[in-house]
Amino acid sequence: MDSTGTFWLPPGGSTISGSVDSLFYFIFWASVFFFLLVVGLTVYFIVKYRRRGDEEAQSHIAQNLKLEIIWTTVPIILVAIVFVWGFKTFMKMQVAPKDAIEIKVTARQWMWMFDYPNGSNSINEVVVPVDQPVKMLMSSEDVIHSFYVPQFRVKQDVLPNRYTVVWFQAKREGQYDLYCAEFCGKGHSEMRGKVRVVSAEKYQQYLEGGGQSGEEQGGGGQSLASLGKQLYQSRACNTCHTVDGSPSVGPTWKNAFGHTVEFQDGSSTTIDENYIRQSILEPKAKIVKGFQPVMPTFQGILNDRQIDGLVAYIKSLSEVKE
Amino acid sequence: MSSAATVADNIQSEPDNYLNHESGIKSWLLTKDHKRIGILYLFSVMSMFLLGGIFAMLIRLELLHPGADFMTAKTYNELFTLHGAVMIFLFIIPSVPAILGNFVLPIQIGAKDVAFPRLNLASWYIYIIGSVLALLAIVLGSVDTGWTFYTPYSTQSTTAVIPMVAAIFILGFSSIFTGLNFIATVHKLRAPGMTWYKMPLFVWGIYATAIIQVLATPILGITLVLLILERAFGIGIFDPAMGGDPVLFQHFFWFYSHPAVYIMILPGMGIMSELISTFSHRKIFGYKAIAYSSVAIAFLSFLVWGHHMFVSGQAAYATMVFSFLTFMVAIPSGIKMFNWVSTMYKGAITFETPMLYALSFLFTFAIGGLTGIFLGATAVDVHLTDTYFIVAHFHYVMFGGTVMAFFGGLHYWWPKIWGRMYNENWGRMSAMLVFLGFNLTFFPQFIMGSQGMPRRYFTYPEKYQAFHVMSTVGSWILGLGLLIMAVYLIYAIKWGPKAPKNPWGALTLEWTTSSPPPPHNFEEIPKITHGPYDHDKVVIKPEKVGVPA
Repeated sequence: MDSTGTFWLPPGGSTISGSVDSLFYFIFWASVFFFLLVVGLTVYFIVKYRRRGDEEAQSHIAQNLKLEIIWTTVPIILVAIVFVWGFKTFMKMQVAPKDAIEIKVTARQWMWMFDYPNGSNSINEVVVPVDQPVKMLMSSEDVIHSFYVPQFRVKQDVLPNRYTVVWFQAKREGQYDLYCAEFCGKGHSEMRGKVRVVSAEKYQQYLEGGGQSGEEQGGGGQSLASLGKQLYQSRACNTCHTVDGSPSVGPTWKNAFGHTVEFQDGSSTTIDENYIRQSILEPKAKIVKGFQPVMPTFQGILNDRQIDGLVAYIKSLSEVKE
Repeated sequence: MSSAATVADNIQSEPDNYLNHESGIKSWLLTKDHKRIGILYLFSVMSMFLLGGIFAMLIRLELLHPGADFMTAKTYNELFTLHGAVMIFLFIIPSVPAILGNFVLPIQIGAKDVAFPRLNLASWYIYIIGSVLALLAIVLGSVDTGWTFYTPYSTQSTTAVIPMVAAIFILGFSSIFTGLNFIATVHKLRAPGMTWYKMPLFVWGIYATAIIQVLATPILGITLVLLILERAFGIGIFDPAMGGDPVLFQHFFWFYSHPAVYIMILPGMGIMSELISTFSHRKIFGYKAIAYSSVAIAFLSFLVWGHHMFVSGQAAYATMVFSFLTFMVAIPSGIKMFNWVSTMYKGAITFETPMLYALSFLFTFAIGGLTGIFLGATAVDVHLTDTYFIVAHFHYVMFGGTVMAFFGGLHYWWPKIWGRMYNENWGRMSAMLVFLGFNLTFFPQFIMGSQGMPRRYFTYPEKYQAFHVMSTVGSWILGLGLLIMAVYLIYAIKWGPKAPKNPWGALTLEWTTSSPPPPHNFEEIPKITHGPYDHDKVVIKPEKVGVPA
């Protein structure tokens, strides 16, 4: 059933699809039961108690506490089950395994761009290995888009001002439809791509060959981290930030990502993609304890891909990931 | 309106009633009579329904075939935006409260009029100004953002977003004034002896709706003003390019628009209680449970907006809370359904057109409600949201719920409104066509949605075409049913047989006054001698058509 699809659902292709489908069919059969109950009783009553001639209603019973309690509590119990089941599965979708391969997804009107860990990239077709968790770190260059692979049962909006994440582990090799599910303008219905699931070896070959451009032209690409490393020099980040752990005008980048940082106002956070992004664009929003608010904003100086690059570079300088 | 005026002239020979008491265009445009204002709303709101329906038929026609056929993607995007905006803001929100609520509510509680008749007329003029501005927006370059106006697309779109958003802002005041009027009317103008628990359940439904209208609509107003400020002056609130946050817009928007869904459905549920009890000729089952569940829905409706945003990037724990509350708001709707079905138990059921719509409602709203459970379950919602499953669910609730009930109510009160009967045979036939056409249009959309077909797609993969063909054919049957309805209802206004005071044998107060009612509703202050559904104590035989009492 999982691999062929059913009347209601397309074939399942990810490790999560089975549990989503089980819940779907649990709700489905519970709904069929309640639908038949309501419609069945309605049909039975309108046939049995239709007015014949001039007769009046046989009963005017207007309340029954036992019935009211039953039809309040039974549905509550059922929806409570659905709620817990649904949210537990949802959390599995939310939290990517630590060993997941990370692919950067950039959405724009109207295409999908993918950057692989080794610097290869592709457009509108993402290649992933079978039986390995893959985590998509996503952002948009313009309006809101949504990354939707029906057969994997995953969907996540892609936003222009923050990163969102979706992950999946494909169970079978093959080609799967990728749709944009959030209305994004004229080309919305053409913003369709593919997820190509291949064996681990083929995936490696794909990366080493330079991804899509490699497949097309035999060339290579630049990874986000190496772009970030380049920007670290060219945009003079190195004036104030070190990468060897020693403090300077600003905090060091070494072992920053994934670690806790304390701010002047006493609050603290774990450094993640969104924090770094905010620190580049609104450097005065959160000041790390022991430093002065002197950093200029890089809003309008660095584009999104360059910020992605810096984030990736800072990440690569950290021993702890996530 | 002019047609209504000529009708009033034609029945000059009849006893004094609100239609012939005064005549001429001016007597309509300056009327403070809640019944006449109801009729002003009837003609204006139904014109908008026609417009929204034409948009819908064009959308379905384009989708018959997967590729681009007789319109561009831009036109298609404008059509689904306008269909949504017109149907939501210009049709369904004012439909039951402003047409039937205006006409029926004051009479049902034994009042001469609403609490603020001038405000009532003002709300209609505001509705007209909003509608004209919305039509102007369509002419001035249309809108292609979807009726949800999600930012930053709506900030960046080059279409006439500002006029349309301003129109909806203005329409909001119409809705607020109507709600305010009903709250004051229900609190202050009930006839002596009309206690809260003697009020018809339609009044409870409209009352619960009015509370939401007054409390929630200002949020939409503010949100739309912020959107206008952002577009007009580049003040960054929602657009990240200006430093704003697009998800904030979604929170603001749904903070109104989810309660608004209950603005749309609660009045319909009120009509259902009237219809099921009247045509089962039996006391309603669970009066208090139905009344309180309306209030419970009104309250809970404010706490579930985040279920529109499970994949928007909102925090997982917010999603958890919203999912839980969403399930809780399903319970009172279920309670209502069970009480309606129980009302038919051992009744003496008859099948006039209004009852056929009530039975259609039980069927279609059951599907609409139950498919909501799929969407409340977070993990399943991830797969189904933003697909045709949502489109189908929404139409099963809004058309299968509200509009079915609205049509039922329209037929039920048509003889009271005009003093004329419509043709029962045509009524039944059209009700069947509407039921069949509706289900054929929207049921296939559940299947293609759960198979992965995203919504708002101009072109689509071929594998979904069979479902689209069914849906489009269904839309033709539905359109035919509605066309027939329009013809025989309008015909009845002028040429229908005279309606008696109480054609259905119903017990609420509007059936104790003549059809059409006198200008001040009752010749003398009505005495409340029984509850609205006491069919066990009072038996009133339906009066025969054409033999006025």
